[in-house]
Order: sequence, then structure tokens, then C-alpha cells
Amino acid sequence: MPKRTDIQSVLVIGSGPIVIGQAAEFDYSGTQACRVLKSEGLRVILVNSNPATIMTDPEIADATYVEPITPEFVEKIIAKERPDALLPTLGGQTALNTAISLHEAGTLEKYGVELIGANVEAINKGEDRDLFKEVVEAVRRKIGHGESARSVICHSMDDVLAGVEELGGYPVVVRPSFTMGGAGSGFAHDEDELRRIAGQGLTLSPTTEVLLEESILGWKEYELELMRDKNDNVVVVCSIENFDPMGVHTGDSITVAPSMTLTDREYQILRDIGIAVIREVGVDTGGCNIQFAVNPEDGRVIVIEMNPRVSRSSALASKATGFPIAKIAARLAVGYTLDEIPNDITEQTPASFEPTLDYVVVKVPRFAFEKFPAADATLTTTMKSVGEAMAIGRNFPEALQKALRSLEKKGSQFDFAGEPGDKAALLEKAKVPTDGRINTVMQAIRAGATPEEVFDATKIDPWFVDQLFLVKEIADEIAGAEKLGPEILADAKRYGFSDAQIAAVRGLREDVVREVRHALGVRPVYKTVDTCAAEFAAKTPYFYSSYDEESEVAPREKPAVIILGSGPNRIGQGIEFDYSCVHASFALSEAGYETVMVNCNPETVSTDYDTSDRLYFEPLTLEDVLEIVHAETQAGPVAGVIVQLGGQTPLGLAQALKDNGVPIVGTSPEAIDLAEERGAFGRVLTEAGLPAPKYGTAFSFDEAKRIATEIGYPVMVRPSYVLGGRGMEIVYDEPSLGEYLTRHAGLIDRHPVLIDRFLDDAIEIDVDALYDGHELYLGGVMEHIEEAGIHSGDSACALPPITLGGFDIKRLRASTEAIAKGVGVRGLINIQFAMAGDILYVLEANPRASRTVPFTSKATAVPLAKAAARISLGATIAELRAEGLLPKTGDGGTLPLDAPISVKEAVMPWSRFRDVHGRGVDTVLGPEMRSTGEVMGIDSVFGTAYAKSQAGAYGALPTKGRAFVSVANRDKRSMIFPARELVAHGFELLATSGTAEVLRRNGINATVVRKQSEGEGPNGEKTIVQLIHAGEVDLIVNTPYGTGGRLDGYDIRTAAVARSVPCLTTVQALAAAVQGIEAMNRGDVGVRSLQEHAEHLTAARD
Amino acid sequence: MTTSTRGSSSQRNKALPAVLVLEDGRTFSGRAYGAVGETFGEAVFSTGMTGYQETLTDPSYHRQVVVMTAPHIGNTGVNDEDPESQRIWVAGYVVRDPARIPSNWRSVRSLDEELTAQGVVGISGVDTRALTRHLRERGAMRVGIFSGDALPDAGTMLAKVRQAPEMKGADLSAQVATKEAYVVPAIGEKKFTVAAVDLGIKGMTPHRMAERGIEVHVLPATATVEDVYAVDPDGVFFSNGPGDPATADHPVSVMRGVLARKTPLFGICFGNQILGRALGFGTYKLKYGHRGINQPVQDRTTGKVEVTAHNHGFAVDAPLDKVSDTPFGHAEVSHVCLNDNVVEGLHLLDQPAFSVQYHPEAAAGPHDAAYLFDRFVSLMEGQRA
Repeated sequence: MPKRTDIQSVLVIGSGPIVIGQAAEFDYSGTQACRVLKSEGLRVILVNSNPATIMTDPEIADATYVEPITPEFVEKIIAKERPDALLPTLGGQTALNTAISLHEAGTLEKYGVELIGANVEAINKGEDRDLFKEVVEAVRRKIGHGESARSVICHSMDDVLAGVEELGGYPVVVRPSFTMGGAGSGFAHDEDELRRIAGQGLTLSPTTEVLLEESILGWKEYELELMRDKNDNVVVVCSIENFDPMGVHTGDSITVAPSMTLTDREYQILRDIGIAVIREVGVDTGGCNIQFAVNPEDGRVIVIEMNPRVSRSSALASKATGFPIAKIAARLAVGYTLDEIPNDITEQTPASFEPTLDYVVVKVPRFAFEKFPAADATLTTTMKSVGEAMAIGRNFPEALQKALRSLEKKGSQFDFAGEPGDKAALLEKAKVPTDGRINTVMQAIRAGATPEEVFDATKIDPWFVDQLFLVKEIADEIAGAEKLGPEILADAKRYGFSDAQIAAVRGLREDVVREVRHALGVRPVYKTVDTCAAEFAAKTPYFYSSYDEESEVAPREKPAVIILGSGPNRIGQGIEFDYSCVHASFALSEAGYETVMVNCNPETVSTDYDTSDRLYFEPLTLEDVLEIVHAETQAGPVAGVIVQLGGQTPLGLAQALKDNGVPIVGTSPEAIDLAEERGAFGRVLTEAGLPAPKYGTAFSFDEAKRIATEIGYPVMVRPSYVLGGRGMEIVYDEPSLGEYLTRHAGLIDRHPVLIDRFLDDAIEIDVDALYDGHELYLGGVMEHIEEAGIHSGDSACALPPITLGGFDIKRLRASTEAIAKGVGVRGLINIQFAMAGDILYVLEANPRASRTVPFTSKATAVPLAKAAARISLGATIAELRAEGLLPKTGDGGTLPLDAPISVKEAVMPWSRFRDVHGRGVDTVLGPEMRSTGEVMGIDSVFGTAYAKSQAGAYGALPTKGRAFVSVANRDKRSMIFPARELVAHGFELLATSGTAEVLRRNGINATVVRKQSEGEGPNGEKTIVQLIHAGEVDLIVNTPYGTGGRLDGYDIRTAAVARSVPCLTTVQALAAAVQGIEAMNRGDVGVRSLQEHAEHLTAARD
Repeated sequence: MTTSTRGSSSQRNKALPAVLVLEDGRTFSGRAYGAVGETFGEAVFSTGMTGYQETLTDPSYHRQVVVMTAPHIGNTGVNDEDPESQRIWVAGYVVRDPARIPSNWRSVRSLDEELTAQGVVGISGVDTRALTRHLRERGAMRVGIFSGDALPDAGTMLAKVRQAPEMKGADLSAQVATKEAYVVPAIGEKKFTVAAVDLGIKGMTPHRMAERGIEVHVLPATATVEDVYAVDPDGVFFSNGPGDPATADHPVSVMRGVLARKTPLFGICFGNQILGRALGFGTYKLKYGHRGINQPVQDRTTGKVEVTAHNHGFAVDAPLDKVSDTPFGHAEVSHVCLNDNVVEGLHLLDQPAFSVQYHPEAAAGPHDAAYLFDRFVSLMEGQRA
């Protein structure tokens, strides 16, 4: 039975900003779904506040609302668009929760919107612990398999304490209901831990509900991805086995597909349970995943949970198998059945089958604990990783080693050089799951641990442990071989060793190993991911490398452009770069090239086999890229490699690729180097007559002190050669400088420390521009809301700039052009400026696509990344204007006066992290980037746009209530006007004594509250922290002086995070918030699609 | 066809060299796995990711050299519950990455040990995907595996492969079937008696019937119509098995005898081909067969799709889109494989008889088609009523 004819329009809800636990995978699945629905002739209406997604590109949906994903805003969209149906299963927990709210509020019924892809009952059965236990019980009655962990549902702390008794004591697992990525869950080993974890869990759960559960730590963990259609056909798309046993969130585990250590009988039991669960839950159509724990002693199976929607695992499963779950889920939702949908890859066979793999897939998580030094790095049932890399190999060691090097993190590959360390200590360390535990295990093996010892310490399945021993034995053979002959090299490569690893073991240079290997003809072949283990011919060139016999890369005639992606998501290099790579692929394909994508991030649109003509799912290391270039050069002409769109990862390879004779298109590696190297860049600025803040490079503490004094405090200090502002801090005086250098002890011995003048109170400006060697196209000018000194990735910004005038733009344009020309840019450049007093300083220039490219593109309705890709391959801006890719006249610096204002706001992961004592980590913004994602608010005036950005990022700003104000001395002056406005809007102000005094002197009434350090008052007066915890504060303004747990502000800010109270940490943000509050109080905040904005903008441009 | 000497264990790099030679001359080199020696058979590939123990012991693989497309084989070792018969039947085994240690709570020994103990010659370290693609493009063909220190020269090996018998025209069921009749008792209350003609039956098949209260009398392949009715059956079953159905004249004639008496009848795999031939349809050899546990089959009576376990190199040639007239009344194709429209099931419209080409007993494989045993039970109930 084909498509339903009673649905003409569908509203799709996206997942909003990238946060830990809900990341780019929903851009991948959402984009697929929207495209499919559109191709089915439906009008697709999309809401997603995340501008960095392909999904929110105006051509993906018919009406794209970059608006906050809250029931209020979505209702406005429904009222305006009147969709026939709502598809809530492709935007993660955010979309599902919003859909449930809309249902419960009666909104869907009111507007006659049908929920498709899942029904409310099924969602509740899947998500509600109690109901799900009943589901599992019912399944057990029917098929005799599967059970739930013994557990107790609790709604209060009393319930919780009683629950532990019922379960027979500690440890217990705490899981809050209805939170995403396992937020707020964890293991409690004693009452203190229990009170803390369960207390927060009760708060985080929208239903004030947590589940206490028997501990199944150390069991084997599995996941099945299933799909069901309306005829009750069910298929299992993929089985996934966790390398890390139960106790680590699956998002933080190394996972393997297909499952490696189950017999068919055991696997079929999981399959039977999975199918029975999906039927019992009543998922009408679409995908779901189910997690299982299996007792390694006797095979007892516990059903842990199910997600009645597309998930991170389903994105992984799609990439691992070639079976596009989201795409098919969207088709099923509009009425097709699995047997009516063709398998994209074979084209001949239907989707109603189960993919079979003739390779092994390994996913490894990528963490960012270095950004949160105070955070406890132990892995628990709360997800903490910020990204992941996936690799495919013909065996587990090959896939594992490729995945580890895909992480592109120092120390992520197994290290076989040097002393492993003490066996007992290593085994002890390996007992606690942490980032890099697998490397600790390998060192323990090298130190002489037996397989039994490794298993006892980690409970990692003995088969996996043996595979690690195999890898270690190969390393020994490499070390012991008389010379690097063809046999040992072939063996090493077959088990995934990189040239760099072999080089380290043999004490050689990597390029020497490569030369020897090439001379001996040991090169990888490329195999196809085809869903069917070669049973049928594959039409889709989705490749992975392996050291095997036969390659499947077909010859081609059109010139190819190889686009290097950005690798695993990490803080500072996320989905924004994927966006640019995907755009390049689209634009170049249209311009007649064959596009070849290289990436190893399974969450992304770039690694969708539909995006480019060819996809290589490979690590982004020099070795792996060189082999791909070689294979593609054998296949046909290669026009060049694009390195400037995938962020720092491909940029870092540019010079080495060029040195190896690979044609780099766009900005040359030399030009990239020119911009990155401070001295050379300084000369570019001098020649152009542009000022940069004073700086110096110190090689000793005394030198640092001297330079800082010379420049004048405050200064910005950082280690040289860092990315994403790593280790960067602002210090205000000499003692703080001393402290910084002590904290980073040893740093100055290894690397010089850079000391820059810090421009206090400067306005920071970001510019994205295109340059073709002759003409500059100013893409957009963004004015930061926060002052200079806060990493641009963490700062909110507005486009067009809200306080800069025509003269400023003119100066920015001239400076940008001078730099682009001086550096030799062919494509995109991003420059950060600071305006202090009346002087425009150049902070830094990056001759590549920046994080803001998607935001700028959406705010100005111009596809900058597409244009950049074309310029890289020789097109001029004039040509692109004539073609219509760029506007005929004008640019992002000449936006019409009535152009909409777009505000970008960063989203921080504070609530995910705890220090070792279980307390929150500080939330202060600084020069080191720590945000995971961003949202965009767009409206005709700044206040409303800012309010939308806040609503999208953190939940709406309060429009009335109690605001607590406590600011550092330097901020006290600038606080007065916005504070007065808050009062005018009916807020009651709370302040600590110092701030209250300042306010009162300025005629503003504020209630004095006790500081945390003062403790509770004699008559039980609560401290500010207690008030926040009691839910009696609606807005917090707290600007810090320095960072660290010793200050009062820390407790206030962490309490704000725990209670989800909006917390502004800069006065600039306060000023913007006040404008937002004013806009909301004025009422009638409307919604408008990007297509409408663009139409308006285009009309105004002409 | 297997000659063997006991091989060494599979410690890294200690395994002896081995070569796989296809009859069209393509060769793959690797390492000895299991027993060392030489073996010949028809090269086929199986795409199941689980269930190697069941595959190895499935009598339908008699005289076939099985290439596993899943790279890691042997991870869960060998246990004594999962075999489908008393011994390993495959003529040879081709894998890429054999496990060095087994890991499973039910495992009692390693697969390598088991293969060696049963004298099964295998090869590891082969580009199994390249081999599979070759078989897909060129079709199933004869193959030899040679392992050991002193391998014959290439020409000799190829000549030996080309001397081995072909699968087309091979009459093999009698070689794998039981010589003596035996009874699998019903589990719980006995409701029916079934005579099961063993053409290479898998252990799970009588078990699935026993679970439904059927007492199964398993009879040798040579059983006559009289032998069948000697057990006073409520239904008759024809099992799976190896070889070319075109050679199965005896089972076909027994089947006709059963059809003539309108006893409820169920056939699986080879049994489906026998039914096809008994009804007057032809059978033919597929280019490379269906071997795996992920095949989409549509039950044309309900429209539902089931994911099923397959192991067949031959198929029935029956018209898909019309009811056929047969000596036993009207018949039609009840099940079809959605990948390639191959006939996967037949049923008679005028009397209680049906069969499927795939494996509802599902060992290894998904349990989606288990309802067919219930269908058989209903037929027997219907006959009684």
C-alpha cells in the first residue's frame, strides 16, 4: 500500500543546539527525513533553532523556522502553517518532549495535527520507566525471555532512601525519567552519593521521577536497532556490542558492530525480545533502539531501555550498515511499507531485509575533559563525550586502530614505544572506566598482565581482550623483525597499525616507513559498504580501506575534488565545519565535478552516502588521506583537495599533503601558514598598516613578568601552538600571572608562552569574507554581545552589528581586504577584530571556513561555503554574482536597514559535568571555548532576536519575578541602567550587600540576601544559594572576578545550572537580556520562516 | 572427499600455508585452518553473521566448501547444544579471521579444535569478500583447499579441482540421512504423529514439531510410502537436504504417494523442491544460491514479510502469477523471495499440502517463519475435524 494521500504537509521538529547526548546525528537524520518527505511531494515545515545544520538550509524544507523549540513557539508555527501532521521522532528527545507537551496541552487536537511516526501512548510506554517495565513483563509472558533489572520508582528523597533497602543495598543506579543522553543518572555507592544524584535527578526529570535499579555493572551490553512498518513487518537493522561492559553510557563506550560474542541462539533471543518489545510498545512505524544487558555467567538477559525514535545509535547503525534508518522511517511514517521501499545501495532489493556485514565497525567516543579540568573524568551512565569517530575494517583490530587514530588526539593510538609502567598500578587504573582506558589496558598488557587479570580488572569480554593481545603480539613482531619486510608490514597493516605506529616501534620516521611500504607494494584496497556482504552488486560508492586483496574503486572520467571533513566533533570543531564541507560537495557536484568526501564522523551529513559522489569513511590522517588520493588518482583525474572547509583538522594536513605532491585547491598551504604564524602575520598587518594588540613571547617566568608589565595588565596568556583557546586565560595582575604559570607548571619549559594585551571593554567583531584574489565579498559582520576576551565560540553575537556604523563597516571592509590580499586567500577568511576606544585591532585571522559560516549564510541568505568551494576551483566572485550564487550587487556589509537581526547564542555543557566531589563545575565564560553548540534567534529587532536566542538555548528569559544581581567591581557602573530597567519591568531585585549598596545609592531598591559564605541567618534567613535551590530566584546576574571554587560566585552559578535558572555572567548579556525581556513584555513575538526572511531580504536588495 | 592429517593449533604465524583454488583458475592464498590436508567441493558463500556451528553441521552443506562472509568466525567457540546434526558436514571451510580463543559461557572447546577433530580442512586469511564477489559474478563452482608444508604445484591443484564431481546431478540425501528410523517424542502432551522423511534433516526441525505436541518419526531417505504409513501419521514431512532435486526420484515418488492419500504434508527446502517436482514443476540451479539468515520472503497469502534463513542452491520453477493445474489439483506459489523473486513456497489449494524453500526451524536464523509449523498443525487439526 503506497503513500497516504490524506497528508499534504508535515511539521518536522529538529533537535536544537548541539549538546552532549544530542548532537549532529540529528542533523543527519533530520536532513534525510526532510528530503524524503519533500521528494514525496509533501510540504515540509521545519522548526530547529540550530543554524549550523544542513537541515535548516532553506532548500531542505519548504518553510524553515529557525525558532526556539518550545511548545509556545511551535504552537505559533502550527497556528501559522496549519500542518496536517507532526513527525516528532527525528529530532531526539527534544522533539519528542515538545510533541508530548503539545499533545498534552491540547494544541495538536486544537489545530487538527496528527502525530505520525509514533503515538503518544507508545512514546510514554517507551520512555516511562514504570510503563516500560510492564512492557518487558508482558514480553516475558509472551515469549519467555527478557526481564527488567529489579527496580523501584521514586518521586521523593524518602522514596529513594526506602528504595535502596528494597533492592538490598548499594550500589544502585539512579535514572531520572524523561531526560536525554542519560542526564542526571549515575551510580550511588553510599547515601551521600545517592542523595546528590537522586536529588538532582528528581529536579532534572520533568515528572520529578527517578528510578533506582539493581546494579548490573560488568555485564555485557548490546543494542539492537529495529524498524517496523504499519503492516507489522519488523527488521533488525544492526546489532551493536559494547566493548566497555555495563556501567558506561553507551554514548561513552567503545562500541562494535555487528555483535562479536553472541551465538546465534543468544542473538536470536535478543532479536525476539526486541521485536516483541517494539510490538508491545506499539511503535506504529519507524525506528527504535533497544538496549540489553547480558550476564556473561549464564546469559540472563535484561532489557535496559528503548527509545521509540531515531537516535544517536541509529545514525551509527545507518553508517555502519548502509541502511538509512531515518530516511526509511520518514517513508514509513507517510504510509509506505518496508517491502515497498528499495534498498538504495543495491537498488534491486527491498528494504525489508536485515543488513549483513562483512566487515567490523568500531565507534570510539571523543571527550573534552581537558576543557573542564575540574570535572570528574570517570565514565558513568551519564554521557559525557562530545563527539565520536567511527572506523570500518575487515577485522576488529583494524577497525579499532583506525578508530583510535581517527580521534585525532594525542595519545589516542596505542603506544608501543617507551616503558609501559607498573602492571599492578595499570590494572588498578583500568578498573575505573575513563577516557583512554583502552590505552591503559594495552599498557597493562605490555607490562605483563594476563588475559585473566585484564578481564578481572575491566570485565571486558575475553574475546576483545584477546584481540588486544593479538595487537600487542604484532607490535612485538614489528619490533623484533630483522627488517621491515613485506610480510611483517602486511601483517601490521592488516591489524590496523598506522605508519606512525610502526615508525615509533622501529624508531624510524613515519615517511620512511611509508616509503618502504610503498616500495614493497603494501597498499590498502577499498571495499564497499553494501548492506549485503557482497551478495548483490552495490551501486553506491561508500568505501573503507583495508589491507586485503581486491579493491572496488571504479574508474571515472569526470575530474574529482576530494573534500576533507572535520573528523569527530569536539569543542571548537563541530557540526559547523561539516556544514561547509557538505555545501562544497553540493556546489561542486552542480558545477560538474565528481565529489569525493573523506570523513570519520558517523554523526554527520557529510558521511551520508547520498551527499557526495563517493564517500571514504576513513581517518583524517596524512597516511590515510594520501592513500585515498592515490586510489582516486588511479581511478581518474583529480582536480584537487579542499582543506579549508573542515576546520583545523584538514588545515593541519595541508602542507604535508602538498609536500607529497597532492594538489591543494583554494588558499595555499603557505598562505595558511602565513596567517597562523605570528611573526609572519604581524608583518602582513604592518604592511597593511593595521594595528594588533601588543604582545610578546616569554620563555621564562621573569621574561613573562617583564613583558606583561610592559604591555600593561590585564593581559591574555596562553601556551603557543594551541587550538580553541586551550589553556588561555586573562590575568589582571602579577600575582595572577604567577599563579597561572605555577598552575601550568612546566609549560614554559617546553613551549613559549604568548602574552597579549587584553583589550578590556573592547567590542569584539567577527568577519567572514570571501576573496578571489581580486574582489572581496564581505559575508557578514558579527558584533559580539560579550566583551573581547570571551572566546568567540562562546560569545553571543548579532548580525548585522547592532552598534557599528557605516564608517566602522568601511574600516572593517578595508582591513579585511588588506589581510585577505596580504595572506593570499582564495576562498573564505574569518577575521576577529576588537574595537577599543576608536581603534580597530586585528586579533587573529583564519584563512578557512569558520564556525560562523552557517550562521552568516543563514542570516544573510547567501551560501558562503558553496561560493568558497567554487572560488577554490577558480571561479571569481564576479562570475558567482553573475551565476546567482552570490547577490548581483552588495554583500553582507551592505545589508538593507530593515534586514532582520540574527543573534547567535552559544550553548554550554555545564550541567553534564561534576567534580570528584560531585559538585557542579563553574560556568564562567573565558578565552577558552567550552560551548558544544549554538542557536540562532532571528527577528526584526534585536531585543526579540536575543530573547529568542535565549529561549532556544536555555529556556525562555523570565518576564517577571525575582532577579539576583551580584557583579564584580569593574562591572558595577555598567550594571545600573539595566538593573533599573529590570525593576521597571516589575522584577524584584535581590543583591549581596556590596551590590545592593551601589544600587541603592543610584535609587534602585534591592533586597539584601546573605552570601553563601555568611551562612544561614539567625532567623533562618536563606543564603542566595539556598534561595536558588529553593526555586525562589528567576534570573541570576553574576559576573566573576577570576575563576575557581573558592569564590562565592561559583556556588551561585553552579546552583543556577542545577536548577536551570537563567544565569548571565557578563553585563553585556544583562543589557541584551533586558532588551529581550522588554520585547517579550511588549507581546506579539512572531515567527517567520527563513524563506520569508530571504524573500524579504532579496526584495530589499534589488 | 576429505583427506586430512591433524594440524597444529592456530597460534599466530604458526599455521601452515594453504591455497584455495577455484575451477576457473582463480586462487587465493591463506593459512591452514582446522585440519591440514586437501578437500574439494562446491564453493558457496554464506552471509550469516551468527550461527557458524549450525551452518557447519547442517547436512544440506554436504560436499560444499562454505565461505563465510562475516570475517570473525569462532568467537563463541563450540558447545554441545547448537549443532544441527551429529557431525560437521561442510566439505571445507573458508574464513578470514578465526578466533584465537573462544568466549562464551556455553563454549566447551574452540572451533579450530572441533574442525581439526572432525578432519575438516579449512583456510583462513583469505579475502573472503573478493572470493564472494567472484562467486556472485561467476556462479557457484568447484573448489579445492590445499594446506600443509608441501603443496602440489598450481597445475596439479587445478586439475584435481576439475576432477571433483559437480553438484549438478548429485544425489546426496541418502549419504547424509539417518540409516535407521528414530522417534523424537512430543514435548508435553502428544497431539499428533508425523512421519518425517530425512533427506538431511536438521535437528531443530523435529524439535520445533515436538514443541507443538508432535511425535516425530524420522525415517531414512530410502523410506517407502508403506514405511511412511506404517507409523500411522497425522501428517508427513519432507526435510531439507543436499544435492540436485532432479536426482530425487525416490522421494518424489514417495511424496506423490502421500499426496494421493491427501495426508497433511509439509516440506522444507529440499522438501519444497520435491513437492515442486511431484506436482510436475521443474527445478533449476541458481547462479550462486541463497545462503544466509537475512532473506526477505513475502507470504503471499498475508502480504507480510518475514526475515528468513536460507540455504539452497536449487529452486522450483513455478509460475508466480497464476494458479497451476497439477495432478493433485490447483497449486500456487505461496512465498517468494523479495530480493530476486525466486519461488520460496508452494501450496495446494485443494488439499492440505505446502512447503517452503527456506528454513522456518531457523537454526541459525530469525524465528519469523515459525508460524509455518503452526500452519502444519492446523492442517492436521483440520484433517481430524
